[in-house]
Amino acid sequence: MSECVIPTLTSLEVVASKSVLPGGWKADLSNLKVLDLTLPVTELLRRTTSRLPQDVIDAIVKGRDAEEEGSRAFNTLNDMVRNINLSDGQVTPLCQDTGSIIFWVRHPFGLSQLAARKQIRAAVVQATKNVWLRPNCVESLSGKNSGNNMDPFHEHHPAIHFEEWDKPEIEISVMQKGGGCENVGAQYRLPDATIGAGRDIKGVRKCIIDAVVKAQGQGCSPGILGVAIGGDRVTGYEKSKELILRKLGTANADPKMDAFEKELTNDLNTLGIGPMGYGGNTTVLGVMVEEMYRHPASFYVSISYMCWSSRRGTLTIGTNGEPSFD
Amino acid sequence: MIRLTTPITEDQIRQLKVGDEVLLNGRVVLSRDIGHKFMKEQKPEWLKPILENMVIYHCGPVVRKNEDGTWSFVAAGPTTSIREEPYQADVIETYKVRGVIGKGGMGKKTSEGLQKSGAVYLHATGGAGSLLAERVKRVVDVKMLEEFGSPEAFWIIEVEDFPLVVTMDSHGGSLHEIVLAQSQERAKALTS
Ligand code: SF4
Repeated sequence: MSECVIPTLTSLEVVASKSVLPGGWKADLSNLKVLDLTLPVTELLRRTTSRLPQDVIDAIVKGRDAEEEGSRAFNTLNDMVRNINLSDGQVTPLCQDTGSIIFWVRHPFGLSQLAARKQIRAAVVQATKNVWLRPNCVESLSGKNSGNNMDPFHEHHPAIHFEEWDKPEIEISVMQKGGGCENVGAQYRLPDATIGAGRDIKGVRKCIIDAVVKAQGQGCSPGILGVAIGGDRVTGYEKSKELILRKLGTANADPKMDAFEKELTNDLNTLGIGPMGYGGNTTVLGVMVEEMYRHPASFYVSISYMCWSSRRGTLTIGTNGEPSFD
Repeated sequence: MIRLTTPITEDQIRQLKVGDEVLLNGRVVLSRDIGHKFMKEQKPEWLKPILENMVIYHCGPVVRKNEDGTWSFVAAGPTTSIREEPYQADVIETYKVRGVIGKGGMGKKTSEGLQKSGAVYLHATGGAGSLLAERVKRVVDVKMLEEFGSPEAFWIIEVEDFPLVVTMDSHGGSLHEIVLAQSQERAKALTS
């Protein structure tokens, strides 16, 4: 079973041919009042749930090829590639935990957030009906499942972050954040005497190493880390999640942070935790770090852990009204 | 790579050590939270012949009902096992179960149960929902579907070359403990 499985994704033409959007669908951005995002967002979900981004696949393959052929780590990463091929070909969920659904919507002036929220929620309901998403939204105390991925009272699930920007196009990103990996995220308050972490970059590094050691394979390693330095308890975690949207292999805009990320990735991969915690050289696929401002009295390090099944995608509706998916 | 077919004998189980990779074949029975509570508290007799020398899988699958009334598994990766810690050792002993499949490993009580009864904990790759569903060749039967709902029911399935790693054996060994200790050592070196 130790032959190298090659990722064989269906071509983008085949993906497009299965689209829920009627051929030639176009938005009229000059009349945002009548814009309906339901179908393009449903299509976005169909793609993210069944097809991993190319950079994530490349990182998994690179990790696999750095493991000794035939080792547990090699075989496990190989099985992950098999799974990637199967889900893409069948358009079925990569993982039965299709995660919590989180959206980031960037839009020009004139778009109604109220209407967009309704349409995005309708898209999630439809994707759940199509078995692209599992009903993953339960009442906290009773555990009762709402059945359609909707938080009916507070509208906190799916989570939707809106931001108005000064560009004419609309950009909608989505992340399917699994429960297992969400559970191993961590927030530190510096200084932290238990791990000997002070209020400096060395202290931040200690927090990250500590979180990855505590996570072991429980977050379905190899993981992708989003790390926010600073902010407050809410904005720090929020930023750490958003960072996971960045493509693996792209540089951090801050050269110092970029060097820190690269060094940290190498160091974490010497911990020996490996895929699923079975041991090996592939513990993380990447680390994304960003510094925020903070209150002088508090210093938080917020870490979000994304599993190897890093399902994310972006829909852009360009000025010509045509949708594109990335 | 070790090929094993259910039913499995105690002798076969005792030969497995942590780190062994196994391709499992034959019948496997799915059960998670409600099922484990039910098995421990009600000890139903009818489950005994179904579970003897068999393997339990902690999994809440995504299933599809076909037009001819049969079932297919669409996504069937493991769920976190530690939730069954209060029940697992008793279930293994009462029903003479030889293996438990899940993810994340289990605690001390289960480890003691594995040693006493002659059973192992088999780790499946988390997130490999469609690969593992593809290795499910047939849904043989389902029990308590009405009562427990689909994710919690006792699905009886037949698997072919189901890829697993022994992470807790019947001699007290745990790969989770070994990897944890090694990574803690390494972390110390990295941060000193
Ligand atoms: S953490 Fe594991 S089980 Fe959960 S969504 Fe990710 S891959 Fe799936």
